[in-house]
Amino acid sequence: MRSTRTIRGQVAVAGIGETTYYKHGQATEAEVTLALRAILSACEDAGLDPREVDGFASYSNDRNDPSRLAAALGLPALRFSNMQWGGGGGGGSAAVGNAAAAIAAGYADCVVVFRALAQGQFQRFGAAPPAATATGEAALTFPYGLISPAQRFAMRVMRFMHEHGIRQEAQRAIALASYHHAQSNPRAVMHGRPLTPEAYDASRWIVEPFRLFDCCLENDGAAALVLVSAERARDLRQPPAYLLGVAQGSEYRNGARGHNAPTYASASFTTVAPQLYAMAQVGPKDVDVVQSYENFTGGVLMSLIEHDLFAAEDANEVLTPDNLIAPKGRLPLNTSGGNLAECYMHGLELQIEAVRQIRRTSPNQVEGARVALVISGPMVTPVSSMILGGEETL
Amino acid sequence: MSVRASYLPAGLPRPLPEPDGLDAPYWDGTRIGELRVQRCRACRGWQWGPEWICHRCLAFDLEWTAVEARGRIYSWERAWHPVHPALRGHGPYIVTLVELPHAGGVRMVGNLIGDPMQTVEIGAAVEAVFEAHDDVTPPFTLVQWRRSV
Repeated sequence: MRSTRTIRGQVAVAGIGETTYYKHGQATEAEVTLALRAILSACEDAGLDPREVDGFASYSNDRNDPSRLAAALGLPALRFSNMQWGGGGGGGSAAVGNAAAAIAAGYADCVVVFRALAQGQFQRFGAAPPAATATGEAALTFPYGLISPAQRFAMRVMRFMHEHGIRQEAQRAIALASYHHAQSNPRAVMHGRPLTPEAYDASRWIVEPFRLFDCCLENDGAAALVLVSAERARDLRQPPAYLLGVAQGSEYRNGARGHNAPTYASASFTTVAPQLYAMAQVGPKDVDVVQSYENFTGGVLMSLIEHDLFAAEDANEVLTPDNLIAPKGRLPLNTSGGNLAECYMHGLELQIEAVRQIRRTSPNQVEGARVALVISGPMVTPVSSMILGGEETL
Repeated sequence: MSVRASYLPAGLPRPLPEPDGLDAPYWDGTRIGELRVQRCRACRGWQWGPEWICHRCLAFDLEWTAVEARGRIYSWERAWHPVHPALRGHGPYIVTLVELPHAGGVRMVGNLIGDPMQTVEIGAAVEAVFEAHDDVTPPFTLVQWRRSV
């Protein structure tokens, strides 16, 4: 009898699809076309007729309306249409969880999770709005020149580094790992453009403690995952990547306005990570490979610690390039290049890389990878994270 | 203390009170050099940013209390990349998050005025500087911070 309050092992990622990743503003097709191409590519990868798709889930206020997509694809019916509420890129794993819940509950059978961006066609993501006045939370921050996402998060990281004596080199190691992995990934935007510690140290400050190379790219493109029941996935083309656990949310008053979250120096996972591991029935020591959303490297730092992969007081020792690089590192991280060096598809590309690790098809494969952790956008609310596992983990 | 000199260049978004009146008392206070924070009449809990409901006891009965305009640096950042056209060519500036231990530990965002390249110490004592902007309609005042001597 299936347990009713978990999705562990009930749903799998059966297909993955991506378009080319362009520099921002340089997509050669309309944003909705990119979305459609990624969705069709994911169905092809799975060996599924696209007309089987009966639901969509997304996050970060994606512009591509499910009813439009369903009509464009000639789907027989739409049975699930879901946007994760709030949290921007923090919602990527939650979108997968929401899709999985729909399948487990019987609302739909074949749900696509997608994200499509063509920023040149719309206002730049994260750009300062041109309004002359600000009210509410913005009135407490914009007049002081605190406007951009980098600036909204930098004080959290600054406080965390102060509290735990963490050095800039810890952030640098995260950047170096992403760039290193991109060099084996021909699809990565930074493929052929490696990063050295010297180049990192010489790069300009964006907002201390973030240098240029601590910050994610901006890209156009689209990515999609197709989710079906575990039983269905076993009949399809690829080895299933089973969803073992998902969790979303944030801790007490994380959303308190004006930077008044009581647990301020946080990536927002202190209550989410324990819930994730409890559902997945694995612990941090069982995790073979990690994809952790680098809006900014400082967010990854806190994410990894809040997922108990190491203690804050050990961060300076653990976060070295050698430890983070596949296949030999003790904590292989962002193994296709991540948001810093593969592309910034708001973390969906990280989720796709986690699937590849389970399938054993990554350009930086961790030998025998069975448990893949994905941490979505940190330092926002709500955040989310998920764990995928191979057949042997069921 | 009040000043007219502006830490940042003109042209940044100007603050306006919310249409529902929630934060009007705060902004009114800044115009007369008062730092006001919400306090619940029912449970005496402090609250910032403003809300209509007390997060501790859930009463809709909050008053505004003037507090000593001083605090401690809780965190900070030094911004270099211009995030608004008005900041192009301006150079680095410091944003700080100041904790008010005497007001329940609520924290306020402002600028740390003075040398933009000063060494910033988390925990350092600071005092508020009310920065008046009288030449716009409606006029407004920002709450800045500087190291206490």
